[in-house]
Amino acid sequence: MIGAIAIGLCAGVVAGLLGVGGGVLFVPGLVILLGLGQHQAEATSLLAIVPVAIVGTIKQDGYGNVRRKDALLMGLLSIAGAAAGVALANALSGAVLRDGFALLMVLVAAQLVRRALGEQSNPDPPRGDASRRNSPISPDSA
Amino acid sequence: MTAEREPLPGSHKTLEPIGHRALKLAVIGTAAGVFSGLFGVGGGTVIVPLLMLWLGYGPREATGTSLAAIVFIAAFAAATQGVYGNVHVLDAVLMGVPAVGGVLIGTWLQQRLGTRTISLLFAAVLVASAVELLAQ
Repeated sequence: MIGAIAIGLCAGVVAGLLGVGGGVLFVPGLVILLGLGQHQAEATSLLAIVPVAIVGTIKQDGYGNVRRKDALLMGLLSIAGAAAGVALANALSGAVLRDGFALLMVLVAAQLVRRALGEQSNPDPPRGDASRRNSPISPDSA
Repeated sequence: MTAEREPLPGSHKTLEPIGHRALKLAVIGTAAGVFSGLFGVGGGTVIVPLLMLWLGYGPREATGTSLAAIVFIAAFAAATQGVYGNVHVLDAVLMGVPAVGGVLIGTWLQQRLGTRTISLLFAAVLVASAVELLAQ
């Protein structure tokens, strides 16, 4: 119980700070720290993402960053894909799914490194410049 | 006369038929749905770059709109996983609710810290976790 709270809090801070999604942290946290199977970890992560994405959306909407019609259309039209993805996950063994997820984590790590090095070659002021800084990049893959 | 045919920068976006736009959104939604359902993540990794490449979104709009779509995508995928009996509801609540507070703290910190070093450190943590997963 404490473990789940700790994973949530830590994953949330990192997600908000670095702009990576919560899911990519929830899943390994549940597998490595709480010992859930890969399927259970992924399913549980999906439900935990919902409140995070709702609050993130409200904040981003306040900054004027949400194109509501496009988001609604994309969201509603995702239902078949989401069902297919879940069916596929459940058709695969936990070991295969876990290896695929590990690959995804490496890709996210590469993305972070690229972004960090990109900022280095094109530095922006740590604060100040409000137009760039006042609407934080929030977890883009929740 | 020839000037008429010359493509004006950005003009194709406004002249683009609405049907194409809806189709692109449907493709992005479907691809994100598969990705989300398969890996248990939101799908922003797929949505954000596609919105920028295909629909000319800026990074902030892409991120904001992606989050709103993810509310639906993750809910659909979680409900489907629920049918398979895989969702640990209590763990999800215990993790998801503190995560909301965590994100608020994280975005607050983001305004005040240079995140480059933290990004690099965290990338190392991700790779180490990936190795840990592969070793299991």
